[in-house]
Amino acid sequence: MVHTFKYDYDDTTTYYFIYDVESGSISSVDYIAYLCAKKNYNNDFVGTEDADYKQLAQKDIEEVNGEFAELEEEGNLNTEALITTFKKDTRWVKALCLHICHDCNLRCIYCFAKDGSYNTPRDYMTLEVGKKSIDFILANSGPRTNLEVDFFGGEPLMNFQVVKDIVAYAKIEAEKLGKKFLFTMTTNCVLLNKDTREFLEEEMDNVVLSIDGRAKVHNAVRKTISGVPCYDLIKNNALEMRKLRGDKRYYARGTFTANNLDFGKDILELNDMGFDQISIEPVVLPAEDPLAITEEHLPKILVEYDKFAKEYLKRRHDGSGRWFNFFHFMIDLDHGPCVTKRLTGCGCGTEYLAVTPVGDIYPCHQFVGKEEFKMGTVFDGIEREDMREQFSNINVLNKKHCKECFAKFYCGGGCTANAYNFTNDLNGQYKIACEMTKKRLELSLAIACIEKMRENY
Amino acid sequence: MKHINKIIEKNLTKDHATGCGECQSSCQSACKTSCTVGNQACKKEEKINVIIKKSI
Repeated sequence: MVHTFKYDYDDTTTYYFIYDVESGSISSVDYIAYLCAKKNYNNDFVGTEDADYKQLAQKDIEEVNGEFAELEEEGNLNTEALITTFKKDTRWVKALCLHICHDCNLRCIYCFAKDGSYNTPRDYMTLEVGKKSIDFILANSGPRTNLEVDFFGGEPLMNFQVVKDIVAYAKIEAEKLGKKFLFTMTTNCVLLNKDTREFLEEEMDNVVLSIDGRAKVHNAVRKTISGVPCYDLIKNNALEMRKLRGDKRYYARGTFTANNLDFGKDILELNDMGFDQISIEPVVLPAEDPLAITEEHLPKILVEYDKFAKEYLKRRHDGSGRWFNFFHFMIDLDHGPCVTKRLTGCGCGTEYLAVTPVGDIYPCHQFVGKEEFKMGTVFDGIEREDMREQFSNINVLNKKHCKECFAKFYCGGGCTANAYNFTNDLNGQYKIACEMTKKRLELSLAIACIEKMRENY
Repeated sequence: MKHINKIIEKNLTKDHATGCGECQSSCQSACKTSCTVGNQACKKEEKINVIIKKSI
């Protein structure tokens, strides 16, 4: 499969690219080669392209076709799929999302976890359950040495002592087996103070700080239990944490909704504040919710990603000290994931599992609260091997809509929970996410290629 | 080549030692609501891609 796309750098410069999906090869080409690739491989002329192709000199077409033949010979263009069947390895668990508590000190109106409760009692994980969770992953991790635990909620800092005790226990137990835990916490920042910050700084491999960007955007959706806006508190706490992190991993992570389809401004606002690792995610809500992203919003969203990408690229190179990473544009063309990883996707239900405060195991955090997806407990292990088997078969090669999609080896098939929530089918297609993913992928590939070309010349 | 500048050579190859399972689970990074794997890094930091310098 050959995908052609272009990137309008500014009013006078357009970059054209050919992405050979099955081999992973990417080339920057001139307009003549771009048109010839479209003619030869995917026939998706738009606008004046068909007419432009017909204007090309025969000599140029033959020249380009000769270069295409060379690429094909090398296995860099129009290659056949190397892998046609794939099944995830279900034997080992390497990552747990620990729901430290199903309670929260905020009442964000778009929360997929229903104010942190997941429609379950507002339980807090005990140290006993935490230790059993660590025992479970260590016992089921087989040869994996790098294990991951994400402290999630609700708001995990509401159960801070248990987090500290679990970390201490996990480190001791992992060392006995020659393994290592990488810890992450996702926090709404309300309870970040000297003690909690210093602990996170010391122990976490990654800290995810929830903040939505502009004050008016944040305050409209993220409020305290009594309905008080929390932006100023969050901003200051998050910035203190960011300062302490230095070059260590963290993300300022926000959500955009139908109310701020100009979300690029929120990303840039976070950057202006001083954050340089930023993620802004589209909200996931049923279509009937007033904040939900719907298909009608897509044209505006795609244009917003285009607009944002220009400023993003500018800030990374203008020497103004505003360089930053946007999570969805982070593609490392040199050290990207292997083909197995690209096929496997997120690994939910197999290598990645979620544990509730009472020790129940679910395929991932987004399935928690759906009793039919309970896979077992940390006390008794996986009881639903059939479900694990079912999740092991979810990959880009088994999804109809992924097979012919150019983005398949970068998106990994998308979020299984979203697919289920929107289609009632684990292999279903959440079309809105697909469209945004494809747009982000084209932009991120273009940005990565432009930066690489600058590096090299 | 006159019209084509290869930025990244083929890298999705079967014969490359892949699938060690040591890299980060993608939902453990920042998203939690929209899986993506393209921005994950190989734990072994193997240079599985080859950069070809060539001008248009």
